[in-house]
Amino acid sequence: MLTIKILGSGCANCKRLEQIAHKVVEDMSLEAEIIKVTEYPDIMKYNIMSTPGLVVNEKLVSTGRIPTPAEITTWLADAAMQAS
Amino acid sequence: MTTLTSPSLPHSEKRLYITLTVAVFAWLAAYNIIQPIANWISFTALGLAPDSRLGSSLAFFLYDVPKILLLLSGMVFGISIIRTFFSPERTRALLGGKREGVGNIFAAMLGIVTPFCSCSAVPLFIGFVESGIPLGVTFSFLIAAPTINEVAVVMLFGLFGWKVAGLYITSGLVIAIVAGFIIGRLKMERYVEDFVWQIKGGAQALGEKLTWSDRIERAWDSVKEIVGKVWLYVVVGIAVGAGIHGYVPADALAGIMGKSAWWSVPAAVLIGIPLYSNAAGVIPIVSALIEKGASLGTVLAFMMAVVGLSLPETIILRRVLKPQLIAVFIGVIAVAIIITGYLFNWIM
Repeated sequence: MLTIKILGSGCANCKRLEQIAHKVVEDMSLEAEIIKVTEYPDIMKYNIMSTPGLVVNEKLVSTGRIPTPAEITTWLADAAMQAS
Repeated sequence: MTTLTSPSLPHSEKRLYITLTVAVFAWLAAYNIIQPIANWISFTALGLAPDSRLGSSLAFFLYDVPKILLLLSGMVFGISIIRTFFSPERTRALLGGKREGVGNIFAAMLGIVTPFCSCSAVPLFIGFVESGIPLGVTFSFLIAAPTINEVAVVMLFGLFGWKVAGLYITSGLVIAIVAGFIIGRLKMERYVEDFVWQIKGGAQALGEKLTWSDRIERAWDSVKEIVGKVWLYVVVGIAVGAGIHGYVPADALAGIMGKSAWWSVPAAVLIGIPLYSNAAGVIPIVSALIEKGASLGTVLAFMMAVVGLSLPETIILRRVLKPQLIAVFIGVIAVAIIITGYLFNWIM
């Protein structure tokens, strides 16, 4: 099962990223757990410099913007392939 | 270090460049016909007299709304392309090793081109500080980034000309540099929350190689996002400006905010600090003030106090800065803005 983390302290962009992530997971019918990381000490473990951040199976894939659903789909597909 | 290529969408590169060229020509064409169209609608189609209040207000509104929206799109697009070259990680690398003074200047200039949203203030701050960039230099960046943003510059340029816009940029830079430098000199490192100093610095976490195609896509997304967020404020702001232009008696505010009232600058700044607005939203007030006789220094001071210091940003910064440092942060910026306000009142 994939673990997806959304790094951000709750601003509108972070929420939107979470919604898009949920939608992509649904569209792909993947088994995935989506976790919101909102405390800065935890966020900074990934060494990012701008939120929102997106982490898939502990690999940082995007920071500072909302990636397109197409990009997220590619990352999730890659992660699913690597995991199997 | 992970290197990613951004997955490209199914456009051919050629098609993208053709679209871009067409867009540029369309922009230029639109920019040149809006004034004649605005005049035609107001004076010919609706038959209003050019020197009537309604006529001139309407023509002003119909010309300025598309004009500002076009300028905004163009400017956001241009700056977004530049921004794709200056990720926060790259900015941090560029600032590393610069001492105070020079560092403050670079930080302020980079603040203009680095993307910034309030919620990114903290990761950015932590990222800079724990990689060894002096506290004062980091602050110069944090002050310049929200204050000098392209929406503010475009609206000032579109409504008041390049001199006012230039003045705004220059004073924003000077304030960022000087305030950051002063805060650095105060040696307040112990007023940063402890956990910040305990974070292990790392190499660049994410390295993205962007093609020109990617850059153009991202710039276009930025335009859609930002114009989508502010267009209503622009319309309202210009409507208010147009109305005041036509209907409020001249010099109504000159008494309170004109040069002769010495306390107008500090008052404007003190009122502006707790107010929070995006750059587009504060423009109606700014146009009203300028139209009706307030002096430029006071008005710019007010605008910088509103746009540069926001309550959401301060609340977020509380997570990494202890109250004393936040107070100093706000205080030094406020004083710098006040001095700038006086300066411009005096020289204009």
